[in-house]
Amino acid sequence: MTNLKIYNFMGLRKIAAICSAVLLIASVASLSTKGLVLGLDFSGGTQIEVGYEQPADVTAIREQLEAAGFEGPVVIQYGSETDVLIRLQGKPEQGLSEKVYAVLEGGSEAVELRRVDFVGPQIGEELREDGGLGMLTALAVVMLYVAIRFQLKFSIGAVLALAHDVIITLGFFSITALEFDLTVLAAILAVVGYSLNDTIVVSDRIRENFRKIRKATPVEVINESLSQTLWRTINTSVTTMLVLLALFFIGGELIHNFAVALMVGVGIGTYSSIYVAATVMLALKVDREDLLEPVEGELVDDLP
Amino acid sequence: MPNKFPLWKNITILLVITFGFVFASPNLYPPDPAIQLSGQSGAMQIDAAVLDKVEESLDEAGIAYFAGETDGEALLIRLQDIKLQLRAKEVIQAAMGGDYIVALNLAPTTPDWLRDLGGMPMKLGLDLSGGVHFLLEVDLASALATRLESDLEDVKTALREERIRYRSFELSNNQIVGQFRDTEEVARAKALIRANLRDLQPQSQTGQNPLTLVLKLSDIASREIEDNAIKQNLTSLRNRVNELGVSEPMVSRQGKNRIVVELPGVQDTAEAKRIIGKTANLEFRLEASGRVGEMFDFRDPKGQGPNARLESKTVITGENVTDARASFDENGRPQVNITLDAKGGWQMGYATRDNIGRRLGVLFIEFKTKLEKSIDENGELVLTPVPFVEESIISLATVQAQLGKQFRITGLEQRESSELSLLLRAGALAAPMYIVEERTIGPSLGADNIALGVKSVAVGLALVLLFMLVVYRGFGVFANIALAMNLVLLVAFMSLLGATLTLPGIAGIVLTVGMAVDANVLIFSRIREELAAGASIQGSISAGYDRAFVSILDANITTLIVALILFLIGSGPVQGFAVTLSIGILTSMFTSIVMTRGLVNLVVGGRNIKTLWI
Repeated sequence: MTNLKIYNFMGLRKIAAICSAVLLIASVASLSTKGLVLGLDFSGGTQIEVGYEQPADVTAIREQLEAAGFEGPVVIQYGSETDVLIRLQGKPEQGLSEKVYAVLEGGSEAVELRRVDFVGPQIGEELREDGGLGMLTALAVVMLYVAIRFQLKFSIGAVLALAHDVIITLGFFSITALEFDLTVLAAILAVVGYSLNDTIVVSDRIRENFRKIRKATPVEVINESLSQTLWRTINTSVTTMLVLLALFFIGGELIHNFAVALMVGVGIGTYSSIYVAATVMLALKVDREDLLEPVEGELVDDLP
Repeated sequence: MPNKFPLWKNITILLVITFGFVFASPNLYPPDPAIQLSGQSGAMQIDAAVLDKVEESLDEAGIAYFAGETDGEALLIRLQDIKLQLRAKEVIQAAMGGDYIVALNLAPTTPDWLRDLGGMPMKLGLDLSGGVHFLLEVDLASALATRLESDLEDVKTALREERIRYRSFELSNNQIVGQFRDTEEVARAKALIRANLRDLQPQSQTGQNPLTLVLKLSDIASREIEDNAIKQNLTSLRNRVNELGVSEPMVSRQGKNRIVVELPGVQDTAEAKRIIGKTANLEFRLEASGRVGEMFDFRDPKGQGPNARLESKTVITGENVTDARASFDENGRPQVNITLDAKGGWQMGYATRDNIGRRLGVLFIEFKTKLEKSIDENGELVLTPVPFVEESIISLATVQAQLGKQFRITGLEQRESSELSLLLRAGALAAPMYIVEERTIGPSLGADNIALGVKSVAVGLALVLLFMLVVYRGFGVFANIALAMNLVLLVAFMSLLGATLTLPGIAGIVLTVGMAVDANVLIFSRIREELAAGASIQGSISAGYDRAFVSILDANITTLIVALILFLIGSGPVQGFAVTLSIGILTSMFTSIVMTRGLVNLVVGGRNIKTLWI
């Protein structure tokens, strides 16, 4: 380990903690006041996507629908100039989409029905509950796994890092008022997976170094471990970001917010695996002693 | 020897690679658009003569096709142009008439030797193939209520037969409540019900009036009723879906009281919705004489006036109908020929024997949902869906003779007769159902989604390959071969397991591409560290792989846990994401650890190399 540059990551941990605190407070504040713009999956309702051959006139379509007696239809361009998404307020009743389509078909432009989504209010509510429950279960199971595989202090660090990433990603969606639908929920769980992956790799190295390096303070051990894993952390983030950029620019409108959530999450996750988990461990006064007793017998397998 | 795999390991790697290529290859053969034709009943022979007739009709319409094939029960004819598929269906249906079910299909073009091995292309989710997805909720409470009503009658009859006197018996709050004059009668009634009516459980609560008997459906009975209701609705739905002529439809139960219907490739979604969403039942009732009975409107008031009065007693319901066909009578007027089951036939005969000359009505009962507006405690407008029942008479015809197992209804319009026969044939529903979720994806959007997905995978893969090559040079090549192989294996496993590919699933594949190299990044970083620390080249490779292994394992297991949770809470497309993510994690563990090690061993293992190109 001679020519590896050791960065003093932990020297900046107070500044990092302040950054995290600011982001967390902003996220929680926005989530509790503005909340999330829930997509159809969670809010329930009816939406229809139609494609025109010519660039569509959104205002004209809205007027056409209002004239036909639909109350306050939201008409927006979706992905391209020729595609239009129509969302109808309230009234999730059967057969509504056919009526809308019939009205549009009666217009002067040729129109093609591309997609209809109708979600009943009770389904939306169930999905909301299941989603929240899934998120909490994921955190709990992960905490348990890390506690068994590593140690409780590592586990608390990992779970707090995950919660940190999830809250800030949610906060990002709340502040930017991007639509939160099922694919975004899936993305956030994928963020949990990704960020955890990162945190575990770092923790693994910290554990290894605590056992190997005898004369060093916990801060030094952690700094050395973070420096050793730094390139790996950056390279993996870069490859993941590269594919996410591909999804963001090419994947199409349905996948767009999914890609956004993952990009934000991967960014925050990379930061949190360096700062949040390690800072929490230091705050919990992690040291050599924590790792020695259970390790001797069971975990010989990670030595070559 | 250091860094040399034994022969068996190399052979295993080769076997896995071969396996991957073989089972991924069916996806390279795009299916042909096809038309499938089968008979309305299983007894019909679909032989060469039928095939000739179909081919003739296509020739006449100028639609190009490949040779058709028939196995006696169904016929499949492959078309050359997918744009003409709908037109071909219409042409064939017109030529063959209503006795045949004509369905759009996609015929696999997988070579026979692959199919013999079990090779199949991946199934496409609705968001990629286009089609309709419905989630229906079965109103189980109503099934229980119906049963309680008939139980109430049974209780009264049983008590009368045993000469047990009671003051009143009625339904209240999902319970049967009886009032008696003395406690001895209550005890006798209880004993009788315990012995003969096992479905019902007498309730005893403290402080209960001793002259009151409260009966509830037992848990076992309620569960059985609910299960049967769902099962019967599933069967009816399957029949209806078959009537629609969709190839590979999916109708399955989800959770306690829901049914999922997926119709891939359906293009006329309005038609599908009309038939599936038609949650209707039929009751045959005699017209009431005098002022008793209930008043119902006609469905089509043009015919016989605004309304008519029917008896409250139902002769038979749609459940007793085994077959119904629309045809024309001697005078060319539309009619529906109905066949009943034995019990229905007997009941119909019994009811009409003494009532020749009276009129028999067919009551059409539709279950719909409307929204009711109300203001909640926060002063916000809330819309709650309220199920309601719409009942109307679709036919009221004079009974000409005693009716038996077979009879006919006349006096309908042609459209009505075909719809009535379809509804009768498709069977009744044991309990009403409501559509709680509907998703329709047009065929063009599905095709667009596939194109976008494939492009994102290609671009994402290219970017990662380039990056790895730049950063890890020679070892980047190993990682890239492993990454490409990972995609092949992922596709092979998904095809073999019959997993469904969805758009989020493709996103999962893209994400896997980005994350799969993580294992190699970990290993290569470790090797670089070992080299920097002054270890020998062969020693560094060996130590790099060994030390990185635990990190990789821990990291992947936790990601797998998250993917599993995602699968459990998600639905449809999101589950597709979880599936590709999980399979991707497993295959990437193999390719990035075992395969790259094999490659590294093959190229540099055991050799006296001065510098490592990493």
